[in-house]
Parts: sequence; C-alpha cells; structure tokens
Amino acid sequence: MTDENSLPEHLQLDDLSRQYSGKMLLRKEIHLDDSMFHQHLRDNLFIPQQSIIRKKFAYQCQRCGNQNSSLMATIPCSKCKQTHKYCRKCIEMGRVIECESLFIWGGKKPKWPVYEQPCTWEGQLTPVQQKAADRMVAAIRKEEKELLVWAVCGAGKTEMLFPGITEALQQGKRVCLATPRADVVRELLPRLQQAFQDVPVQALYGGSETKEGTAQLIIATTHQLLRYNRAFDVVIIDEIDAFPFHADPSLPFVADRAKKEQSTTVYLTATPRKNQRRKISRKTLSHVFVPVRFHGYPLPVPKGKISLSQKKELQQYKPPEAFIKWVKKRTNPNRQLLIFVPTIGLAENLKFPIGSMLKSEGIIASEKELASVHAADIKREEKVLAFRERKLTVLVTTTILERGVTFPSVDVAILDAGHTVFDEAALVQISGRAGRSVKDPTGEVMFFHDGKTEAMEQAIESIKLMNKRGGFR
Amino acid sequence: MDCAWCQSEIIPQSSWSNLFLLDKPALLCPDCEGELEWIHGNRCIRCSRTTPDTQCSDCLWWEKQGGRDSIQFNFSVFTYNSIMQAIITKWKYRGDYYLGNVFKEYFITAFYEKFAFLKKDAIVVPIPLSEERLMERCFNQAKMLAEFLPLDSKEVISRKDGEKQSKKTRKERIFSENPFFITEPINKSVILVDDIYTTGTTLRHTAKLLEEHGCPNVYTMTLVRG
Repeated sequence: MTDENSLPEHLQLDDLSRQYSGKMLLRKEIHLDDSMFHQHLRDNLFIPQQSIIRKKFAYQCQRCGNQNSSLMATIPCSKCKQTHKYCRKCIEMGRVIECESLFIWGGKKPKWPVYEQPCTWEGQLTPVQQKAADRMVAAIRKEEKELLVWAVCGAGKTEMLFPGITEALQQGKRVCLATPRADVVRELLPRLQQAFQDVPVQALYGGSETKEGTAQLIIATTHQLLRYNRAFDVVIIDEIDAFPFHADPSLPFVADRAKKEQSTTVYLTATPRKNQRRKISRKTLSHVFVPVRFHGYPLPVPKGKISLSQKKELQQYKPPEAFIKWVKKRTNPNRQLLIFVPTIGLAENLKFPIGSMLKSEGIIASEKELASVHAADIKREEKVLAFRERKLTVLVTTTILERGVTFPSVDVAILDAGHTVFDEAALVQISGRAGRSVKDPTGEVMFFHDGKTEAMEQAIESIKLMNKRGGFR
Repeated sequence: MDCAWCQSEIIPQSSWSNLFLLDKPALLCPDCEGELEWIHGNRCIRCSRTTPDTQCSDCLWWEKQGGRDSIQFNFSVFTYNSIMQAIITKWKYRGDYYLGNVFKEYFITAFYEKFAFLKKDAIVVPIPLSEERLMERCFNQAKMLAEFLPLDSKEVISRKDGEKQSKKTRKERIFSENPFFITEPINKSVILVDDIYTTGTTLRHTAKLLEEHGCPNVYTMTLVRG
C-alpha cells in the first residue's frame, strides 16, 4: 500500500478505477487493507451487491447466475451462527456466500485511450472476408446490439475480426474476445498481440499468468467473464454453438452482464444452433454469412458408408471392415488420417488394432506413426502438435478435436457416426477439418454408420446448402 | 442425484436388497468412489501409517525421544492420494462445506470398526481452527467430521492465531510451541478428531493438554493419514 499512498490522490483514484471498474468482486479479490477499503466503501467508490438472491422457486448466485438447486448448498456459518446458501458452481473462483457481498465499482469510469491506427496486421482479406468485416465495423460504429457472423469452417474468422477491433479501438472502446476453450485463448494471444502491437492485450484463462484483466483488449475463456460487470463496449463471443457455452446457462448470463448497457455483441459460429437459425429466419437477429473458405474452395461434402457389422467389430475393438476397405483405396494416400470415435474407451482401445491393420496394409511404416488423444490425456497438446508437424500419420480422437484445430491435409473418418455425441453441429465441424490449406483444399470425409441418423442427414444437407450459398454447385 | 465431486449423474443399480428398502443415496459416483484409497493391510499400531512392521520408523523415533506418548493410538481411514488431496483442497480451502458429507458414511463405518470398545460416554473433541481461519472459511472441517460420530462432541480446545500448519516445514512443525489452550477439562475418554494426520504434532499437542488436565485416555481419529 505504501507506493499507492505516495501517489497524488487523483492518480490513486485513476489507478483504482482502472483496476476495479467493470468488475464484480469478492472482498478478498480487492487488494486493499480493511481501513482503506471501508473508507472507499463510505465514499461509495465500492458498492456492495447482494451475492445470492432468493427467486420465486430457487436461489440464484449473482456472480455466475447458477439457479440449479443441487449446486446451491447450505453451510452453518460460524461467523453469523446461521445457515446460509453458498454457490458450489463457481466456487473454484472463490466462494460466493449469502452473508458476504459482491462489490462493484461506484467511482469515476476510466477513460480508455483512443488509437488512431492500432492495427499492425499487414495481410489482405479476401473479398468475402472483407464484406463480413465491413458489416462488423458498421455494427460497432452504429452501436448495434447484436450481430451474428456465420462463417463456414476455415473461413479465416480471426483475421475477419481485425477491422472491427480496429474500429472499436479508434473510438476508445473496450473490447473482449471470449471463447469457450483455454487452448484457443492461448493460440489467439500471440496473433492479437502481433496484429495490435501498441495496444495492451491480456489473456485470461484458468491458470493464466495474469489474473488482473485490466487491459483495454482482453481475450478470455467465457468462464473468466464471471468477474466482470458492465465492462465492455464490444464483446465478441466465439463458437456460441460449442460446449460449454451452448450447454451451460451460466455462460450466457455472465457474458450478458460483462457488456455495458450500450454495447455491441458479435457472435461467431460455423454451425448455428436451431434457436439462432430461427432468430435469423425471423429476422430478429441480424447476421452476415461467410459461405466460402479463405482459399475459395467449397467445403468437402461428407459421404455416408453403411457398415452393419461395425457395432460388433467395435465392441471387440476391431477396425470395421468397411473402414479397412475405404482406407485401402483413398484417392490421395499422402494425406494424414484423422479418425473420430465416440468414446474415450474406444480411442484408447482401437489404437493398437488400427495401427497393426494399417501396418500390415503398408499404409504406415511403423505403429509409432499413430496415436490417440482424448480430453483426459495429459500429452494431448504434444500429440496434436506432432500430428500438425506430420510426425504422426494417423490420429485417433474423440470429439475434443472437432473444432478450433487446423491440420493442413487430412482425410477424416468417423466410426460409429450414429452415436449421440455426433450431433449435427459436431458432424459439420468435424467435416470442416478436411481441406484446410490452399495446397490441398479438398479431402475425403466418411461417416461410417449402421443406419443414417437425422443428424448425419442434416449435417450433409447443411454443408451442401452452405456450398450452394457460396456459389458452388 | 449427481456426484458431489465430478457432477456426473449417478444411476442407482436396482437389486433385491434395495427393491423394498431404499438405499441411502450415494454422494459419489462409483468411479470417484473407486479412486478413494482405504488404508488396508498392515499398518502401524500407533499412527495408522501403512508399514510392514508393527510400528513405523517415525513412531519408534518418538518413543526413543523418551517420555510417554499422550496418544493411545491414532486411526485414519484413507491415504492421501491425488483425488483425496483435490477433494480436501476444495472442501477445506475453497470452503465447499457440502463436500465433507461425502466422507460421512466412511467415517462412521471406520469408527465402529475401531472404536466399538469405547464406553458410550466418551467425548469427541475436534481440533480447532484459529479464529482468523474460522472467519475466513465459515466452518471447521474437523468439527464437521466430529459431528458425524455417534458420541457427544465438545469444543474444549482453542487455538491462538498463527501460521497455517501446512505452510510450515516438517521440522518447524515438530518443534513448534504448543499453540493450543484448554477451556474445560474432561475426565472421560476422548477421541480427538482432525482431517489429516501428517506429523502428528497437532494431535500430540492437544492430547498432552487434555492429559495434563485429567483426561484418562486420549485416542485420535483422522480422515486421512498424510
């Protein structure tokens, strides 16, 4: 506290306002000693908010929005000699308990710098990308509430965001890019720092180096928005159709609170869910569609292949007959092979049988060219990197690699594609792994099934439709 | 019912035994329960640590230091494996009170297994938290465990404010000054309850206090042997 006291008062306040405005924090997340804190409380610089409120039929945590009664537990509090509710859902980020308040900043709002030319990216957008980027710029300029950017897998979404972010920074706005997964945050940080070299950028995810989140440009996992309250002028939410954003009601709740009342939200997705498509067709959600991949080729259309014996074969951890037949006569055997399976158990147990089959067919030289990955795999990042660098030829994976990863030249096979984990969005995303590079813009995508499911048909249908809208036949 | 630890749904198995009489609902799913590691096989008769000998090297060392041990013996239920460390961290340090209930049935079962010989008037005494910590966490995990047991429990020991035990080195812990004081002497058998037995210093300090104030027998029981 000593160096803070030595600053002149107005600078101290600026400092505090930069650090605490736009946040919603627990007392222990505010790093001030008690006397200082209470002084600020009396001066209305911090405003206490009730942390858990009672709704008609349930209690709701005001930080994460949780209303699920099984994640709202009671504790006999030794401090107040009463029983209280506390939220189990967001407890990893510090316990929210009924008898303690959450604090928001009540002082002066900070002024964010205005950048004249923040963008240092020198690349060129394709005409289709440019069109979407212009739409985003317009939305931010006119402070439109919402805009959905529907861009097919491999359209080059990140680059498309740069003009929009530039526009916001030119107006001295504060921007947050939220994405469901920490891997993606880690991957995006250097790209954004490169593209906006003079702008402070901070990345927030579970276990990130900085926890402060006081920069003008923030990239964060959606979970990290939990600590924000009316902070951002522009919020860009990546992959709104993905788990957990799609499945967890907390995340839309916190994303909604993190933005200012007057703000623009940009949603990004390659596979809008039903409710978003409904809003689009009713014209209640404005959207821009990017139907072409950055290299200008259409999306590979998946093919269904019936394999009636596969249930039995997979149960015995044998590669299905139909799959073996296909592997032997792929059109371009130089491509790497990405094999999706529905469960972690299958990913682990199919590794050796597939490896020895491929070896005996002469497709791989040794079984070391094959690996399997799943969510619980600690070497996951390593293996994905090895596959990207072509040190591995074949990768057997669960749905964790369905999105966000780019491999230059792969053929994709889904075993037991009728399984419930492969819903329409997952199938479209998986199909989007093929043909990602200019050098090899196509690729085979195979669904091995024992009866086509609705999800498969819809996925194929929607890929064809997207190609059609992109001007392909 | 969802698993209190991994939140996955628990699907109860039906069998003849629960066809008419409902089971107690399980708090952990079979997978998480399977990861908990009971202390089994040969263990030190004094401190409950797994060892091929009847007494572990630590306890022999204590004995050699001379002086009588104030603890009759310690009994612990689980080993401190990775899932246990994770659960305890969330329960105690993050303050997820509810998670403690996960251990209830196991703790009671272990009590009947080892302490059935005690008279009904024995008293359970939880190891206290310092006032500071208690205000921070809003509950005392040792008290929660103590109240699971089918005996009267009394908080007769208090603690002066101080550094957390878990932040100290082994040596610092063993030779530290006694940070406890007693508020009411007990003249019956006592089971001291804590969450973890690591070096046993905490429990020895409190046991000594109880003994000095006229307690005939002090036993200790912990959830985990660190």
